Amino acid sequence: MRVNFTVNGRQQEADDVWEGESLLYVLRERMGLPGSKNACEQGECGSCTVRLDGVPVCSCLVAAGQVEGREVVTVEGLADFAKQREEAHQGGACASGACGTSLQAAQQWKAHGTDSQTGEGTELSPVQQAFIDAGAVQCGFCTPGLLIAADEMLEHNPQPTDADIREALSGNLCRCTGYEKILDAVRLAAARQDRQEEAV
Amino acid sequence: MGSTRTTGVPTKITQGSRTKGGIGESTLRPDGTLKVTGEFAYSSDMWHEDMLWGQTLRSTVAHAEIVSIDTSEALAQAGVFAVLTYDDLPAEMKNYGLEIQDTPVLAHGKVRHHGEPVALVAADHPETARRAAAKIKIEYRELPLITDEASATAPDAVLVHEGRDDEHSRHVPHPNIVHRQPIIRGDAAEAAKKADVIVRGEYTFGMQDQAFLGPESGLAVPAEDGGVDLYVATQWLHSDLEQIAPVLGLPEEKVRMTLSGVGGAFGGREDISMQIHACLLALRTGKPVKIVYNRFESFFGHVHRHPAKLHYEHGATKDGKLTHMKCRIVLDGGAYASASPAVVGNASSLSVGPYVVENVDIEAIALYTNNPPCGAMRGFGAVQACFAYEAQMDKLAAKLGMDPVELRQLNAMEQGTLLPTGQVVDSPAPVAEILRRVKSRPLPPERQWESSEGADVRQLPGGLSNTTHGEGVVRGVGYAVGIKNVGFSEGFDDYSTAKVRMEVINGEPVATVHTAMAEVGQGGVTVHAQIARTELGVTQVTIHPADTQVGSAGSSSASRQTYVTGGAVKNSCELVREKVLEIGRRKFGTYHPAWATAELLLEGGKVVTDGGEVLGDLVDVLEDESVEVEAEWRHRPTEPFDLRTGQGNGHVQYSFAAHRAVVEVDTELGLVKVIELACAQDVGKALNPLSVLGQIQGGTTQGLGVAVMEEIIVDPKTAKVKNPSFTDYLIPTILDTPTIPVDVLELADEHAPYGLRGIGEAPTLSSTPAVLAAIRNATGLELNKTPVRPEHLTGT
Repeated sequence: MRVNFTVNGRQQEADDVWEGESLLYVLRERMGLPGSKNACEQGECGSCTVRLDGVPVCSCLVAAGQVEGREVVTVEGLADFAKQREEAHQGGACASGACGTSLQAAQQWKAHGTDSQTGEGTELSPVQQAFIDAGAVQCGFCTPGLLIAADEMLEHNPQPTDADIREALSGNLCRCTGYEKILDAVRLAAARQDRQEEAV
Repeated sequence: MGSTRTTGVPTKITQGSRTKGGIGESTLRPDGTLKVTGEFAYSSDMWHEDMLWGQTLRSTVAHAEIVSIDTSEALAQAGVFAVLTYDDLPAEMKNYGLEIQDTPVLAHGKVRHHGEPVALVAADHPETARRAAAKIKIEYRELPLITDEASATAPDAVLVHEGRDDEHSRHVPHPNIVHRQPIIRGDAAEAAKKADVIVRGEYTFGMQDQAFLGPESGLAVPAEDGGVDLYVATQWLHSDLEQIAPVLGLPEEKVRMTLSGVGGAFGGREDISMQIHACLLALRTGKPVKIVYNRFESFFGHVHRHPAKLHYEHGATKDGKLTHMKCRIVLDGGAYASASPAVVGNASSLSVGPYVVENVDIEAIALYTNNPPCGAMRGFGAVQACFAYEAQMDKLAAKLGMDPVELRQLNAMEQGTLLPTGQVVDSPAPVAEILRRVKSRPLPPERQWESSEGADVRQLPGGLSNTTHGEGVVRGVGYAVGIKNVGFSEGFDDYSTAKVRMEVINGEPVATVHTAMAEVGQGGVTVHAQIARTELGVTQVTIHPADTQVGSAGSSSASRQTYVTGGAVKNSCELVREKVLEIGRRKFGTYHPAWATAELLLEGGKVVTDGGEVLGDLVDVLEDESVEVEAEWRHRPTEPFDLRTGQGNGHVQYSFAAHRAVVEVDTELGLVKVIELACAQDVGKALNPLSVLGQIQGGTTQGLGVAVMEEIIVDPKTAKVKNPSFTDYLIPTILDTPTIPVDVLELADEHAPYGLRGIGEAPTLSSTPAVLAAIRNATGLELNKTPVRPEHLTGT
């Protein structure tokens, strides 16, 4: 079958998709977007988390056909996604919780390609930068899913308590860090976001 | 050339710390940006035009003769390019193994455990390959099962491996015992008579899985020269190569391996998984072949931590001094040897823990059974022992009426202590001090779940399941300490190789570091760049991808890489520095007498004297020249343990960590919440403090997992694995994991580069027994098995 959907702001088309293929498989193997990870393919680890029409989902549990005509954001598009959200909400408070990405904003948004061996000079979202700075990345296999989940939480809960963070990230397994540095990273991203908003 | 003085006087241990980004700083990972943008290429992300997908067919029974295999229907499927069985193996060598080559590439006439590879399929879609594999017909005739020590050593026991001729087969008491290592020192029987108090215990340690998140995977690309290029996630490229090339019938130079992104390892990638299979399919089909295990298959695709039964006896005088220790440790090695012999060596030689005990009678064995093969996992034999000896120390303290920490401190080893192997501990061993540090830390406040709006169930055992609002919840506190050896022991030639080049690029001195070290997440690449900056005074360091075009780096295991490959990088940098200074002397020696007389260093892109005086710029010294050195580096040699007495200088270095666990237990439902897991550890020298914390907290959490949730359950009647999924094999989530405050000591080991100590494993040892001790403290139950399950606490 053929599946059409938007990935990171770009209209994509996948041909010859077998009906049993997951969204994760189509992203990784047919669209050249292996950033979403395949740690369990059972919906238990969260490493494949993407946003489907704004909602975080395990892409391994979504059949590719279910995504027809819908919007997907993966870790590869997270920096641009966050930037456009920032621009759309410049100075606006997020305390109401109603600060997700509007459909219009999502549709207007386009990813910029980065082609770098080292990633140097890449523009990152605040939560991506915080993961690096706080030492939250070791092997990094859980990182893409955690970034999507953490970014989504900060979008509707910009000043989370530790209990909030733990609850929001409880669907994402990490085997390397013991989670302490992941908590640090989310706290850091939230604090930087706060400071930025104070400055505005 | 100027004569500006830089600040501070460099000494050997801190030299170069003024070059930004050197050792001791928390520099950030060079692969961090790629990992947060999704661009980092893990082994499962490999893609090649025209590639096929490989699939492994695994045995559905644990022990059986293979009567027949019929692949015809599978081969006839559209999209299938090859189906391989044992008969298709191209070389005379058909087995592999880390130490003993007892593992068939594909089963030959017999399977020895559930999930053993029997056949391979290559197809143009992974689902096509899976469906074709399901069409392979295998007829099994089941054999009697060997599942434990009794069945393994029974007089009429079936042999898991007939006709053994490995080096251990000559000294083991039974062919179903892989290796046996006794350690006898002093006279335990005589000393027992003088003991005022004796405690005994039987302990059971469950089978733990490494549960690295990146599944076994890789891509094999056939090459025009008849060889193959293999991109794979592993812990030791050169060890893989030595095992892969012979079974492919290729010389090693025709198997070119490159490390792909590794999604964690923890010992589970020491053994071969899909490497040989992908190469076989690629060479057969002439097409690139990718194999990616799913999580179900991953549970069968690598060895696990040995489950163990441990019998211990400790004696003490009434004032708490240990008189003797006797123990017997039985490790289940499963169907193939993997790292079992070395695990036995560790379990026996570290079985007394970090304590002074002059009279010991120790025996450790590993069995061959039809259970899943077991081998390396973080802590490697020392974990199982620590669980048992720390339970014993608490038992002894209770019987003596002593404080459990004081009893440990009273018997704690220190620098100069003799191990039961007769080896002197010749570097700092701050066992009593790390215990003091975790004990003196303030306890977390009680009843943290209480708030003005009632109980926050997220802070309680059972969490959002809303099982209690504090009723029946009891707090407990427990302590444990452990000792882990660093590096490969028992006479192994544990070297590493580093190639370092220095040249001027775009007007700036740049160092390139090339090793075969497997970066598995630990941050070795970060540290190598730091060492190069410190030693060579440069800012820009390029880390070359790890491959087999440079000499072996040894394994990313045994807490050894920063010590050994770090040591190799340091050594090669020093050799490069000498050559650079030689060039400088040649060019500029006549301008300043210090070129000939002073000890010279490279700092901040300059050649400086040990007094800090600048003699020249590296850009001017090097100009168009590049300096390159590839050299091997070794730590102090070790020797094997005597096979009868266990005596010998078998270890290189030791690593010590202590934990205090604070738990809250819902005693009615048997649910445990770990509130805090504080750690103190001596790291010798923290080359990257941020990474040190990450290692300690990560290791602590794996110990927590085995304490309360993690166990591969093997049905004793069938030897089949019952829970090969993340639905049924639970690892700690962020909700299960407490805060982990860490106290880092830096007491230099004068024998090690920069005084550093390998750190990755020690925190995994003491974490488990500390949690168990805290649960015992809360409940008063004996709890002699990991993991602790609700039914063990409620008695239901």
